[in-house]
Amino acid sequence: MSNAASPIRGALRPGASWMLIAPLLLLLAFAFFWPIVNLLSRSLFVPEFSLQNYQRLFNEPLYWRIFGRTFWISACCCLLSLMLGYPVAYAMARLKGWRLAFVAACVLIPLWTSVLVRSYAWVFLLQRNGVVNAMLNDLGLIGAPLRLLYTEGAVLAAMTHVLLPFMILPIFATLRGIPPELERAARNLGAGRAQAFMRVTLPLSLPGVSTGVLFVFILALGFYITPAMVGGPQTLMIGTLIAQQVTDLLDWEFAGAVSAVLMVLTMGAVITFQRALSVERLAGNAD
Amino acid sequence: MDFALGRLGSRERLAGRGAAVRVDRVAKSYGAVRAVQQVSIGVAAGEFVSLLGPSGSGKTTLLMMIAGFETPDAGTLHIGDRDVTQAEPNERNLGMVFQRYALFPHLTVADNIAFPLKMRKLARADIAHKVEAALARVRLAGYGERKPDQLSGGQQQRVALARATVFDPPVILMDEPLGALDKKLREQMQIEIKQLQRELGATVVYVTHDQQEALTMSDRVAVMNHGRIEQLSAPQVLYDRPLSMFVADFVGDTNLLRGTVRTVEGDVATLELATGEKVQGRVASTTPPKPTGDASEVDSAVSMRELRTGDIASLCIRPERLGPAIEGQSRIFARFADAIYVGPDLTLVGSIGDGQPLRLRIGSRDQAWRPGVDGGLVVGWRTEDAIVFPGEPERT
Repeated sequence: MSNAASPIRGALRPGASWMLIAPLLLLLAFAFFWPIVNLLSRSLFVPEFSLQNYQRLFNEPLYWRIFGRTFWISACCCLLSLMLGYPVAYAMARLKGWRLAFVAACVLIPLWTSVLVRSYAWVFLLQRNGVVNAMLNDLGLIGAPLRLLYTEGAVLAAMTHVLLPFMILPIFATLRGIPPELERAARNLGAGRAQAFMRVTLPLSLPGVSTGVLFVFILALGFYITPAMVGGPQTLMIGTLIAQQVTDLLDWEFAGAVSAVLMVLTMGAVITFQRALSVERLAGNAD
Repeated sequence: MDFALGRLGSRERLAGRGAAVRVDRVAKSYGAVRAVQQVSIGVAAGEFVSLLGPSGSGKTTLLMMIAGFETPDAGTLHIGDRDVTQAEPNERNLGMVFQRYALFPHLTVADNIAFPLKMRKLARADIAHKVEAALARVRLAGYGERKPDQLSGGQQQRVALARATVFDPPVILMDEPLGALDKKLREQMQIEIKQLQRELGATVVYVTHDQQEALTMSDRVAVMNHGRIEQLSAPQVLYDRPLSMFVADFVGDTNLLRGTVRTVEGDVATLELATGEKVQGRVASTTPPKPTGDASEVDSAVSMRELRTGDIASLCIRPERLGPAIEGQSRIFARFADAIYVGPDLTLVGSIGDGQPLRLRIGSRDQAWRPGVDGGLVVGWRTEDAIVFPGEPERT
């Protein structure tokens, strides 16, 4: 370890920094990177090098459908949580004191509640003799219970519910950071409330929006628990597929192949998204 | 005190370009806090009026109500002939400059300035032309494509000025716009703002806590305290004939000597200080002197008790009005311990016999009249230069 003095008083020497990070890196290496590398290598090298797992994946139309459905539901989930989440974030950004604490609690407490519990709650709500059906029946609106559970709609609803805080919080943080004078200046200069929002607040909140959209999309793509519990065989998604392969069919190699493709597609989505955003920023300034 | 900036050219205002602003018995409370209490001001078209006061005096709240960001609990606001009390901020056609510039960070300088023109649906060519002219007027020609974060504080403020004036508003509001700039830059911007105002002929309502700024730039100044206007007068009147102790102390430097009223004859009061010395000054009037020329509204919420023999009173005398003792005029003995040198002036800091503080200002070149080796000096003043207010001395 070199004894070079730190350039900034109080900063750590490089060696010391590494020592502090080392435990976490070791843990990640052991519990995260190694299993993934192991799984991916199995998809290619067991029993010997071949692409048969990947060929199977690309040749079966069933799997194409699963991938397509997952992307579609994730995109819808993204859009839905954006539409529901932005107004909440906007309202939150303008609150202070106990009101803010209350709304924040409403957003955060579900986040801290186990995903399993929240998914079960949806099952409870949507099942044959669940809360929703009972209510509709009591109101005389239906004769026989509706089939709400194990549908794509149920999956979408439950996923959106679970992922909503991930959309709300980044948008809220960004909106909070916008000085209130900017909106005032816009109004003073002749903009109506809607115009001030569209021309000033919204563009400045886009970094938060893109963070939220990215979070929700990535999380939704790989989501397992909620679609597994609330969805049925017609709503099979990538996450559930991988779990099935591992736990039910013990086909680790194929599971590895599916995981690898999911990873590549997710990264592709992220990169495309980032590109689109930077282009938009450049284009927006020429307005 | 340099009053030149406000006085010169005040008769040359371009008639008809600005609009008059009328604040009539406006009040605003936040819960139990009475931010603005029954304030009335009339600002003539093309006039430059400052709202001056310490934090919490209500000056910013009043400006926000004129701008439309707050609604008054009582009273009315008029701009020109229009009653704008309930009008939305975007319907008032006012230019506004904020303390921290409030430039849109995601737009270029040119787009920032073009914003109000776009809101008014001007044609593209028209907008481009006006933006260029506005940039030239604040000496930032060629800076159109930059972003606000690429500009210095002074440049950002000039862009804010350009944006607030590009659409020729009849009234411009400014909320402590120069607070974030350093002294030299501030003084330069003060001159630029005055020039701009004269060119446009717009009415300006300017909020500041810096009394020097208010006195230098304004045609009239409204001194506010605790939500009320203590005095609304031209700078010279404010300085020479303050209507209350608060105004006397807030505007400029002053000495306040505590004494007991011995006699009151006409408008001259004689006080006895704790040292036994007897001094004289004019009794403060509650009505301001007649303003010269244009009719203007004045609201002085300060009601003062009559001065009665035996009352405690405070004598207000400005440090530069003290001089060698004159036969037949007030005189007291003081001992000076410190001197503050600021270039042209020398301020001597000391106290009188009973321990009350006293400041004396003399020209630094003036060697003839100085304290003795022990710091002692007899100072006097003309009765008409001192004002007597009822009550204990209250420092702001």
